[in-house]
Amino acid sequence: MNINLVQHLVLNIEETVSIILFGIGFTILLLHRNLVKKIMGMNIMDTATYLFLAVKGYITGRGVPIVVDGIQDVEAYINPVPSGLVLTGIVVSVSSTALMLALTVRLYERYHSLDLDEILILAKEEEEQI
Amino acid sequence: MSRKRDNYEESRWRKFKSWLDGETDLLEHGMDAHEAVMREEDPIIVPAHGEGKEILKSKGIWRFKQFYKVMSVVLCLGVILTLLWTVAALPPRGDANNPDNNEVAARYIERGLQETGAVNIVTGMILDYRAFDTFGESCVLFIGSCCVLLLLRLDGNSEDKELEKMVAETNDRHFEPKNDIILQKCSCVLVPVILMFGIYIVLNGHLSPGGGFSGGAVLGAGLILYLNAFGYKRMGKLFTEKLYKRTTLCALTFYCLAKSYSFFTGANHLESGIPLGTPGAILSSGLILPLNICVGLVVACTMYTFYTLFRKGGM
Amino acid sequence: MSFVQNFPFFSIILAMFSGIISSVLSGKKARNLTLMMIAVTTALSAGTLMFCLKTGESYTYMMGHFPAPWGNEIRAGVLEGVTAVLFGIVMFLSVTGGLDHTARDVEESKQNLFYIMVDLMLSSLLALIYTNDLFTAYVFVEINTIAGCGLIMIRQKGRNLSAAIRYMVMSQLGSGLFLIGLTLLYDVTGHLLMSPAKESVELLVATGRYRIPLLVIMAVISVGLAIKSGLYPFHYWIPDTYGYATPTGSAVLSGLVSKGYIFLLIKIFYRVLGYDNLVGTHMVNVLYLFGVCGMIMGSVHAISETDTRRMIAYSSVAQIGYIYMGIGLGTTAGMVASVFHIFAHSATKALLFISAVGLYEVSGDRKDFVSLRGAAFRNPLAGIGFSIGALSMVGFPMLSGFISKLLFATSALDSPEKMMPTLIVLAVSTLLNAVYFLRLVITLYSRRRPEDKPLPKQTTVRSSWALRLAIICFIGLNLVLGMSSQPIVQAITDGLAMFD
Repeated sequence: MNINLVQHLVLNIEETVSIILFGIGFTILLLHRNLVKKIMGMNIMDTATYLFLAVKGYITGRGVPIVVDGIQDVEAYINPVPSGLVLTGIVVSVSSTALMLALTVRLYERYHSLDLDEILILAKEEEEQI
Repeated sequence: MSRKRDNYEESRWRKFKSWLDGETDLLEHGMDAHEAVMREEDPIIVPAHGEGKEILKSKGIWRFKQFYKVMSVVLCLGVILTLLWTVAALPPRGDANNPDNNEVAARYIERGLQETGAVNIVTGMILDYRAFDTFGESCVLFIGSCCVLLLLRLDGNSEDKELEKMVAETNDRHFEPKNDIILQKCSCVLVPVILMFGIYIVLNGHLSPGGGFSGGAVLGAGLILYLNAFGYKRMGKLFTEKLYKRTTLCALTFYCLAKSYSFFTGANHLESGIPLGTPGAILSSGLILPLNICVGLVVACTMYTFYTLFRKGGM
Repeated sequence: MSFVQNFPFFSIILAMFSGIISSVLSGKKARNLTLMMIAVTTALSAGTLMFCLKTGESYTYMMGHFPAPWGNEIRAGVLEGVTAVLFGIVMFLSVTGGLDHTARDVEESKQNLFYIMVDLMLSSLLALIYTNDLFTAYVFVEINTIAGCGLIMIRQKGRNLSAAIRYMVMSQLGSGLFLIGLTLLYDVTGHLLMSPAKESVELLVATGRYRIPLLVIMAVISVGLAIKSGLYPFHYWIPDTYGYATPTGSAVLSGLVSKGYIFLLIKIFYRVLGYDNLVGTHMVNVLYLFGVCGMIMGSVHAISETDTRRMIAYSSVAQIGYIYMGIGLGTTAGMVASVFHIFAHSATKALLFISAVGLYEVSGDRKDFVSLRGAAFRNPLAGIGFSIGALSMVGFPMLSGFISKLLFATSALDSPEKMMPTLIVLAVSTLLNAVYFLRLVITLYSRRRPEDKPLPKQTTVRSSWALRLAIICFIGLNLVLGMSSQPIVQAITDGLAMFD
C-alpha cells in the first residue's frame, strides 16, 4: 500500500510539489520573524494553491478552452472552471500582498525594524510611556 | 475589646481588597510564553528604542529560539505529510473520468458560445455564469487600494503633514533617476507599444486569452514605465489624481449597475435584452466587452496608484 | 416570484454601491450615506424575514440567467433573515455610538475611507449570510478580512499598526487553509455550489470512496475558519485587535466579524458536509474540546488583565469558546443555543465596548481600574449600560446571557456523554466571568478616595447624544433578547430546520 502511495504521488507530481510548497509557505508565514519573509511565505502559499487548482483542470490530450473552428465537443477541451477560479484568486492575493507591504513600510518607518517580535515589544513600551 | 493584627498588610483580606480596587494583579504571570521569557531578562538589559536586538542575545532567549526552529520544522512536516496523505487518495491527474469533469464543465463547453457569446470559454464563465465572484473580486481590489491609500497617502493638511510630504519628495528626487537619456528614448518607443498591447488584451478578452485583469496589469505597467522615465511633472499632464478618482468611480459604478441589471433580470426570469452579436467579432458577447473595459481601467489605475503611493505617498 | 424575494440581493448590492460612491464623497456625506444605507438594508432584511416566516420555507435566488450548478445563487430563509436583521441593528448602533470618536480620531481627509470600510464590511457580512456558493464565500471572506484590517488601522498609532499586521498574518493563514480545503472539496465532488456539493458528498459517504480526503477537508475547513474567528489556541491576535481600535471598530470587530465566520462554518456544516457526517467522524469533539478550553482560559487571561479594554477583549475569547462548545455538542439543541449566543454576544459585546468608551471619556481617557473608580457616578448612563452588559455576560436573569446559558444547559442534557463536563464547565466559567466583570462593576460604583490621584483632565462632562442614544438602544436590544426570547428561539429552530 505504501508503494502505491508513493507511486501515486510521483505520478501526480505537480500536486505533490504544490502541497510541499504550500506547507513551506504556511510555516514561513506563521513562524518566521522577518515581516518581508512572512509576506513572501504568504505568496508562496497562495501560488502553490493556484498551481494545485490549475492542475485540477487538466485532461490529457485536450486543448485550451477557446473555441476554434466551431468545435464545441466536450472531448476537445479541458475543464475551464479551475482556470476561472485561479484568475479570481490571483487578484485577491495581489490585494492582500499590497496591504501587508504597506503595513510593513509604515511599521518600518516608525520602529526601524522588520522583526515582528521586536516591533510588538517596542509598540507596547511606546504605549506605556504615554 | 478588638484584636489588633500586626501583619495587616500581609493578611488575605488586605490582598483581596487591593485586588478588588485594581491596585494589584491576582495572577502575577502573564500567559504569553514570549513575554514570560522576555521579562526574566529585563533586569539585565534595559531596552531602548532601536536597541531591541540587545534583549535577544541572552541565554533564555537562545534556548527558546532553538526550540522555535525545531517546532517550525515539525509543524511544516506535519502539514505537508497530512496533505500529501490526502493527495495520495485523490483522483489521478488528467483523467477524463474525474468527478470535476462533470455536467457543469460540459455545459460551459458545449453551450457556452451560444449562451454567452464569448469564444473564450473561461471569460464567458467568469463574466457571465459566475459573474458574482468577479464582482466580489473587483471589490477586493477596490478595498485593497482604499486600505493602501489609508496607510500611505500623505495629504498635507496640517503642518507636520506638509513637512512629511516635503521630506518624501526630497527623498524621491534624491533616489530616483531623473532625465536619464537612455531610459527616455527607450520608453518613447516602448510605452506606446505597451499601452497598445494592453488595450488589445482588454478588448480581445472574449476572443482569445486575456481579459480585463491581465490587460489592466499591462496598461498599469506602461504607465509606471512612463512615470519612471519622465517624472511626476510630465505625468501630471496625462494622469492626475482627479482623473484616477473619476475613472475608478465611473468604471466601478458602471460595473455594479450593469451586473445588477443582469442579476435582476436573470433572477426574475426576464429577458435581458442585450444582443449577443456574432461570435468571433469584437463587438459581441453582450455585456462582456464593456465589463472587460471597466475592469481593465480599474486594474490599470489601481496598479499605478499602488506604485505612486509606495514611492512618494501620492500623485 | 414576488418583489420581496429580491430584497437580499438588493441589500448586498446597495451596501457595495454605497461603498463605491463614498470614495468621492467628503467625510460627513459618507457618514450620512452609511447610516442611511445600514437602515435601509436592515429594513430590507426584515422584509425578507417576514416573507420567509409567512411562507415557512427558504428560497433560492439565481444570480444571473443560469440555474444552480452552472451559475451563482443566494439563498434566503428564516435563519438568514434573523441574522441579517440583528447584524444590521448592531452595526447601525455601533456606528452611531462611535460617531464623534470617529470624527475626532480619524484624519479629516481619511474619514470617507473609514465609512467605505464599514459599508464593505456590511456587504460582506450580508453576502456570507446569504451565499449558497463556496467560492463566493471565499471572495467575501477576503473582503471581510481586508475591511476588518482597515477598521483596525484607521487610527494609525503604533499599537494599532502592529495589531493590524498580526491580525492580517493570522487571517491569511486561515484563508489559505480555507482555500485549500475548498480546492480539495471541488476535486472530490466537482461542484462549487453548496446544494449539488452536498448531494455528491452524501453519495461519497454512502459508497465509502474518498474517505480520507473528506475527513481532511472537514478538518482543514474547520481549522481555517476557527483561526479566523478566534477559537482558543488561535486567539493571540484578539486582545490587541479589539482593544485598541476606535469605538465603532471595536464594537463591529468583536460583535460581528468573528460571528460572520462562525455563521459560514455552521452553513458549511449543514449545507455541504452534512452535520450527521461530522458527528459521525468525531470532528465535533475536537471543536468541543477547544471550545471548552477557550471558555476557561479566556476568563483566566481576563482576570489577569489590568487594562479594561483588553479584559473585555479576552472575555470575547471566552464567549467564542461557548459558541464552539455549543456547535461541538453535536445536537440540534446545541446548535440553536450557539446561534442564540451569537446574537446575544454581538449585542452585549458591542454594548460593553460603547459604554466603556463613555466611561473612559469621564476618566481622563485612562483605562485602568484606579482611574475608573467611581466613573459610573460621573457618567450614569454609561455606568448603567456597562453594568447591564456585564450582568448579561455573567448570566443574570431577564438579560440575554441568562437565556443562552439556559439553552446551553438544556442542550447538554440531550447528549449523555458530554453532559457532566458541559455543566461543570458552564458553572466554572460563569464563576470566572463573575469574578472579573463584577470586580469592574464594583470599581465603577465605588466612591473615589481622598488618596487617589486627581484625574488629569475632565475631557467631556456629558457624552454626545449619539453615544447616549446608542447605549439606550443597546440596553433595549439586550432586554428584548432576554425577556421575549421565545419567538426568537422558535425562529432559530425553524430556520435551522430549513437550513439544509
